Amino acid sequence: MTRERSVGVPGFLWLPAALAAGLLVLPVVALLVRADWGSLPADITTPSARDALWLSLSTSVVATGACLVLGVPLAVVLARARGWPADLLRALVTLPLVLPPTVGGIALLYLLGRRGLVGQALDTWFGISIPFTTTAVVIAQAFVAMPFLVLSVEGSLRTAGTRFDVVAASLGAGRWTVLRRITLPLVMPGLVSGTVLCFARALGEFGATALFAGNSPGVTQTMPLAIYSAFNGAGVTQGTAVALSLLLVFAAVAVLLAARAWRPGRAA
Amino acid sequence: MTSLHAEVAVHRGAFALDVTIAAHPGEIVGVLGPNGAGKSTLLAVLAGHLVPTAGVVRVGERTLTAVWDGRVESAVRPEHRSVGLLGQDPLVFPHLSSRENVAFGPRAAGMPAAQSRAVADEWLAAVGLGGLADRRPDALSGGQRQRVALARALAAEPAVLLLDEPFAQLDVRTAAELRELVREQVRRTRTATVLVTHDVLDAVTLADRVVVLHDGQVVEQGRPLDVLTDPVHPFTAALAGVNLVVGTLVALPDGSTAVAGPDGVVIPCAPQSPGGRVQVTFPPTAVTVGEGWPARVIDLEPGTTGVRLRTTGDVLVDLPPAQVAQLGLHVGAQVRLSVPAEHVRVRPLA
Repeated sequence: MTRERSVGVPGFLWLPAALAAGLLVLPVVALLVRADWGSLPADITTPSARDALWLSLSTSVVATGACLVLGVPLAVVLARARGWPADLLRALVTLPLVLPPTVGGIALLYLLGRRGLVGQALDTWFGISIPFTTTAVVIAQAFVAMPFLVLSVEGSLRTAGTRFDVVAASLGAGRWTVLRRITLPLVMPGLVSGTVLCFARALGEFGATALFAGNSPGVTQTMPLAIYSAFNGAGVTQGTAVALSLLLVFAAVAVLLAARAWRPGRAA
Repeated sequence: MTSLHAEVAVHRGAFALDVTIAAHPGEIVGVLGPNGAGKSTLLAVLAGHLVPTAGVVRVGERTLTAVWDGRVESAVRPEHRSVGLLGQDPLVFPHLSSRENVAFGPRAAGMPAAQSRAVADEWLAAVGLGGLADRRPDALSGGQRQRVALARALAAEPAVLLLDEPFAQLDVRTAAELRELVREQVRRTRTATVLVTHDVLDAVTLADRVVVLHDGQVVEQGRPLDVLTDPVHPFTAALAGVNLVVGTLVALPDGSTAVAGPDGVVIPCAPQSPGGRVQVTFPPTAVTVGEGWPARVIDLEPGTTGVRLRTTGDVLVDLPPAQVAQLGLHVGAQVRLSVPAEHVRVRPLA
């Protein structure tokens, strides 16, 4: 019997690697152990739990859609643009990644709140008020999630380069045709993984939503907010929070598995 | 069935490209030159990726680029130029089958999907890939991918085809097959073609005419046979495997005439008045070892007919391996070289 021997990893890496894996996996295990499996079905089927789950999923889908419609063009522009304005914009786009989401929520309030930079005009001219509505939830989610999509797609576009685009143009394809038939299909793996990350981030969004959209059941109370309320709520058992958390974990895992099962580029 | 006419000047810092090039329908014009000669810049201008400092690119009656006195009068975008590209790397779209790759051009021109697929199948058959229309690029060999790329370029029915070292990445045999295919298809479709290469084999097998570029200037042009048998420029001489020595005509003590080159090279030639600067060319096979000017062996490498010596004065000598062994030649060895006058071509220099 022959065995291939690769260079292998230095022995001392195993301990930190195991600790890292433990840090990532054990909390979820604790959640599973701690769960009261008897009352779980009842906990996750209460109307408020169902409302929160539905609100979370629907707002995350809408936010991801908005990120796709707006973020992919931004990624294309960033990937192709040169010069310092593009570099600056590239840096600014990543800002929501490093900003604490609560800061993002406050910033959104100052932009779109009733006395905000843009919000005031919206209120006086159109009578539109965004904060503490479901729209605010979507905006908060898009704000924190869009960088994941933009960075992922932009990176893929840069890696793919423009050589295929040049060939397509030489064959008579206009810029829109090149984008639609060559550029975007070539970055499909990056687009899919970016979309998944974006959706997952939107689903887990808490801080910006709490400050900008509030915590009103059925309107702005998404799963993370419902879990937080249940965990801190007077008179409510923490078991509900655990049950809701598990529901969110399962929803997230289901999304990841679905994205993994769908391999782009293989279909005819 | 249109011809290409281009006068191109590109000035960028110290680099200056000044080329006039023309190709008739079905004609392949080879552009030869070392790296940095301006070949890629020329192609970029023809393809529309670069607006020249001055010049005009005309295809048939259409003006694709026109820049005069720093004013851009026209600069047709690449997708509207009808200038096809085939480079070193086939760049077959990896997410599309062979058929969809070839159908891409017709589709972009507005042909219905079904019809463009039929056209693609015809082209795939024409390049010998009839049964592989459904294959994805990753299931094709390098040569097959380059065939797909050729079919794809021609299916778009370009007025001009630009070939940029299209055989450089192929093995010898595949390259030979593809050269044949390119020649056949260019003739059949009567496409004006510009072939950029630094492979002399491409030039002699494909080009009807060659233009030799050096430092952005055309240093010689003509039929490949003429240019390669009687090169004027050192680059062309090296490409053709011919020795080229620049020297002064001198009268030898015995009354005969010779050319005195650098490093003590003395090459006999037909009698003429001394003093003038000339350029002489002679094949490496004509050089004999034994008597003549003193030289030192700089390099030994396998040649086409045995062993090729590079000697001082930049003179190449081709010898049979047995003679190399007999003379005990090695790097640094001192030899005496001569070349019979009848193998020497002399060209006066301005």
